[in-house]
Amino acid sequence: MDKQQVRATLYGRGMTMNAISRSQIYVLDQDEALDFYVNKLGMEVNTDQDLGFMRWLTVNLPGDPEREILLEKPGPPALDPATAEQVRELLAKGALGGYLFMTTDDARKTHEDLVAKGVEIIDEPTERPYGIDFGIRDPFGNKIRVGQMFPRA
Amino acid sequence: MEESNRAMLRARDAMDRAYAEPLDIPALARIAHVSEAHFIRTFRATFGETPHRYLQRRRVERAMTLLVETDRDVTDICYAVGFGSLGTFSRTFRQIVGDSPSDFRRRRAAPANVPSCFTKAWTRPSSFG
Repeated sequence: MDKQQVRATLYGRGMTMNAISRSQIYVLDQDEALDFYVNKLGMEVNTDQDLGFMRWLTVNLPGDPEREILLEKPGPPALDPATAEQVRELLAKGALGGYLFMTTDDARKTHEDLVAKGVEIIDEPTERPYGIDFGIRDPFGNKIRVGQMFPRA
Repeated sequence: MEESNRAMLRARDAMDRAYAEPLDIPALARIAHVSEAHFIRTFRATFGETPHRYLQRRRVERAMTLLVETDRDVTDICYAVGFGSLGTFSRTFRQIVGDSPSDFRRRRAAPANVPSCFTKAWTRPSSFG
């Protein structure tokens, strides 16, 4: 099925949503996030705009601007200071749930590149039933999984 | 608090990554840049259990997977996940899982094909009841 046929089928079922266009994770420092996600992971800045009330910072994988990740800094007025503090503490201990899954054509090579850039590896590349994948941690506590997936049976 | 939490997470990540290596408190405290006494206390306050217990659960969780997914014998698995003796392994495994390693192997089927990070987090035997 091509994209249009898929959409027609979905509309037929009363399903009118058709893409996951943006996802959000919390970061503690947007400059540091930019450096990590762009300079280390190789993503691109999609939008970096001061909206006055917040800095709207999104990144995407090269060639895939349709799927953005919003790198949001928790704080007032969206969150009261005490809640923002809780969010920061949970993020820093890896309990906030920020989690990105990415795919690659060559997990071992990608792993090597990231090691050379000093990225924190939390799980070495391992062959699993579904592919070869490894885990990294961003500077703030979010988890990222990078997988070279086997074709699905 | 954030910085302390992040440092504790870094030490915990090291246990997840290098569970089979002879990790000791001095090594983990160095990763977290704190004294040994401070490390144990702070880790416990952050994650609700001692670093020793966390590492035991990580190793037992790996052993559970290897018991179900491979034919390797129990002694081999015991050393592969970082335990120093079969006695300690069997005792710890039974205490945490409630079954001996070989009984566990007999009872369990291989888990569904989901990303291993979730299997890792959710099949790990709990300290919290």
